[in-house]
Amino acid sequence: MPGWDEWYREATRKFAHHGYAALSPNLYHRAGHGSPEDVAAKVRAAGGVADEQALGDLAGALQYLRALPASNGKVGVFGTCSGGRHAFLAACRVPGFSAVVDCWGGRVVMAPGELTPKQPVAPIDYTQDLSCPLLGIFGEEDQNPTPAHVAQLEEELKHHGKTYEFHMYAKAGHGFFYHDRPNYRQEQAVDGWRKLFAFLETHLK
Amino acid sequence: MCTMIVTQVGIAGCGKGTNGWFELREANVSYDHPFNAPFEHAVNIDFVNEALGPSARVAVELSVEGARTLVAAINAVLERAESGGYLEQPVPAVR
Repeated sequence: MPGWDEWYREATRKFAHHGYAALSPNLYHRAGHGSPEDVAAKVRAAGGVADEQALGDLAGALQYLRALPASNGKVGVFGTCSGGRHAFLAACRVPGFSAVVDCWGGRVVMAPGELTPKQPVAPIDYTQDLSCPLLGIFGEEDQNPTPAHVAQLEEELKHHGKTYEFHMYAKAGHGFFYHDRPNYRQEQAVDGWRKLFAFLETHLK
Repeated sequence: MCTMIVTQVGIAGCGKGTNGWFELREANVSYDHPFNAPFEHAVNIDFVNEALGPSARVAVELSVEGARTLVAAINAVLERAESGGYLEQPVPAVR
């Protein structure tokens, strides 16, 4: 369950350890103060944050990082689960990103009945606007996104001639990087992180 | 927060959170990723009082089977109470 939680803060430090200026914007900060779980639960009950609000916050984070004195002008965006969806959406809707990593982002492909006032457009429908290379990391046992959802997104990327790299891991389901959860898969996670940093090395340095 | 399958109902009662008892006003029921239960998805029930902020929350995360069993148990208890003539509405205590 993404939120401004310990795993995300650890992951942010991991990016810093690999030499990047890393920022983990708290997309739920408007929901009030409390433990990350309590705040995320409140956001969950409210149907998530509005896509436009998340995009505004991510645009602000992009501007902040690019304004840092040591910046080379290149900024990537990374997310898992609903954060993977946000990352893909940002790479389509917010100009200026140089790379995007979508880890098992659910609801990039959405049925018409899943659209809400807060999420009015399925992210896949913005694929033609994707403005940077995309790395996608998925597990073939995932229920959301399913391999069929991933295949549908890949078709759309091909259709629009986008640069992408997808890795579908066997014997892995949703969230297999989360070392504190039963779905953690050590071998696949280690390989996924290796591919992720190789991708960033190519597009951000 | 992947499925967005969630519904909120108004409730009356009390819950015991980390800071003691508080008045409950809402229950948020979702089928989504749990924070702690060892399942990819769970039936998450948050008993809350939104007016008191995000920390006014009593959380449970149940397996699908556990949730169905709980629903059946609640209904069974209510039926027994009703048939025994116990099912009056509680009168709020005067403080």
